[in-house]
Amino acid sequence: MTREELYERLNNVFREVFDDDEITVNDATTSADIEDWDSLEHINLVSAVEQEFGIKFTMGQVVTMKNVGEMADIILADSRK
Amino acid sequence: MKELEYPFDGEYILKKAKSIKKALLTDGSKRIVKKIAVLGGSTTHDIVKILELFLLHYGIEPCFYESEYGRYWQDAMFENEELAQFGPDVVYIHTSNRNILKYPSLDDSEEEIDGLLLKNYEHFRMMWDRLRETYRCPIIQNNFEPPFYRLLGNKEASDLHGRLSFLNRLNELFYRYARENKNFYINDINYLASCYGLDKWGDAFYWHMYKYALCLPAIPSLSFNIANIIKSIYGKNKKALVLDLDNTLWGGIVGDDGVENLEIGQETSMGQVYAEFQAYVKQQKDIGVMLNVSSKNEEENALAGLNHPDGILKPEDFVLIKADWEPKSRNVAGIASELNIMQDSLVFVDDNPAEREIIRTQLDGVAVPEIGSPEQYIRILDRSGFFEVTSLSEDDKKRSDMYKANLERQKEQAQFGDYQEYLKSLEMVGTIKAFEPMYMARIAQLTNKSNQFNLTTRRYTQAQIEQTAKDDGYITLYGRLEDKFGDNGVVSVVIARKDKDILHVELWLMSCRVLKRDMEFAMMDTLVSEAKKAGCREIKGYYYPTAKNKMVEKFYESQGFVQEKQDEQGNTVWSCQIESYKNKNHVIEVVKV
Repeated sequence: MTREELYERLNNVFREVFDDDEITVNDATTSADIEDWDSLEHINLVSAVEQEFGIKFTMGQVVTMKNVGEMADIILADSRK
Repeated sequence: MKELEYPFDGEYILKKAKSIKKALLTDGSKRIVKKIAVLGGSTTHDIVKILELFLLHYGIEPCFYESEYGRYWQDAMFENEELAQFGPDVVYIHTSNRNILKYPSLDDSEEEIDGLLLKNYEHFRMMWDRLRETYRCPIIQNNFEPPFYRLLGNKEASDLHGRLSFLNRLNELFYRYARENKNFYINDINYLASCYGLDKWGDAFYWHMYKYALCLPAIPSLSFNIANIIKSIYGKNKKALVLDLDNTLWGGIVGDDGVENLEIGQETSMGQVYAEFQAYVKQQKDIGVMLNVSSKNEEENALAGLNHPDGILKPEDFVLIKADWEPKSRNVAGIASELNIMQDSLVFVDDNPAEREIIRTQLDGVAVPEIGSPEQYIRILDRSGFFEVTSLSEDDKKRSDMYKANLERQKEQAQFGDYQEYLKSLEMVGTIKAFEPMYMARIAQLTNKSNQFNLTTRRYTQAQIEQTAKDDGYITLYGRLEDKFGDNGVVSVVIARKDKDILHVELWLMSCRVLKRDMEFAMMDTLVSEAKKAGCREIKGYYYPTAKNKMVEKFYESQGFVQEKQDEQGNTVWSCQIESYKNKNHVIEVVKV
């Protein structure tokens, strides 16, 4: 999976969770950039991303993730295992 | 909505919650509004969000009160203006083993453990009592799920010091309270967690990350379970099964293979699967579900199949058996109308996906579960919660017999030229009295279930019914009807409020199983004589139209009332001067107040 392919799938997850087809995310995107992305929706987002890529984040990863780029890094690293 | 029917994809529901909600809110269906207070001992955000979807799907539009994080006990126990103002119709208490105050330690004596058990129980019991007193509404309470680790290993269950033992004993105390107190329901997360898989359910990630007492993907299972209890309380359970025969109740096709070659009974493993399913279906009768057949078959073959010596179900277990070559959509609609119940009270069970699709697309509201393969039939029907039991009245247990007696009456009616003569031949005896304690559950159930013969469609909880019965400002009547074919049980309910010398009829309903028996006239005769005793001179009746109660549009006219008002929505007000009222019932012998 290339980073581009990953972002395509990631965009779909964001669009579904926030029910907004306009959303496009990139490495620098954080919760401040998406209106509905609060701590409660974050839970659903993480779970939907896990489901999409068939992975499970550890607590340490979820706690330290600062932006979408770091999330993408973890997913890519996991997919190369 | 199919996405919300068991077996559903919980992760899909969580992900698409927003768009599912939009679709439900714009589907044009009418819903009753219910206020639900969710008091949580852990995070409840997504539980509430998904519960809303399942309730909307069941025809209930919820508004929610959600306690601040973990404040379930404080919210219930202390002065709470916000909750009082909200005025809940239902209180749901979402607690878990994370809310246990204190567990036994290994050096505690048996007495100390008993004391600890009582302390934990009292913490809850005080809260329930207080909630019941303050809000007089149904309470739904989680039991406890097993702990996700076992310090003592297998001994954890039997040793009094074990947390598992402790939680099981605490659960038993909760169940005792549920047995002794009406309007108190256990939400069995202990069973849910074991169905879901405890390792996943109790994944500590979700507790430490978000303070969820269960894993996020399990939330739809939890919310679905709560929604089933709530819709059952409000009379939205299904009432009848319509079952296919070939490859549904037995293996093989009776018309082609012959009765002797059907797979049913203990001879083969498939035969055993079908026998177990038949036994499960037969048990449904005991909780008041009416069994019916819709099968593409010669009737003779269908009956031969049902008389198979190794079969559990027999022809007499069914109310209606439709075995012919008509389209099933016609037969299923016919079953609803012959039983006098709404189409959306039916569950259609058929192994053939094509037949299921026809019913799903042609008959609005009929539940059509994807029942899978024969060994899954029981689980899928069972988990779907179509017939979730919140109260089990004597009437429920006898329902099939009552409907069958009704069909007997219809046959007899055909032999009479004169309808009044037929009614007299039924030798009807009506008992019409003020609400009595033994019928409160049935009366509340009727106010929530009756849609067609219901003038104002007001819904009452059992607590409200009991309250009204005690109030001197009201005249209450229930009517019970027996005849030579059997006892119909309590079939009519009237609640009227006294306002000086005017009596306002706030609720008038009757079960459709006694339509055209003049029971409504016997009820009115009694109401008028009670009104007279109470010093009233006038009775005012109200009709509020809904999608389902057109049949009683002219009810008050037939009772000799005069229409006074009509507004734009079609609501009408009727009046009757008691002085000029003449009794109308001449066919039912009435046992009075």
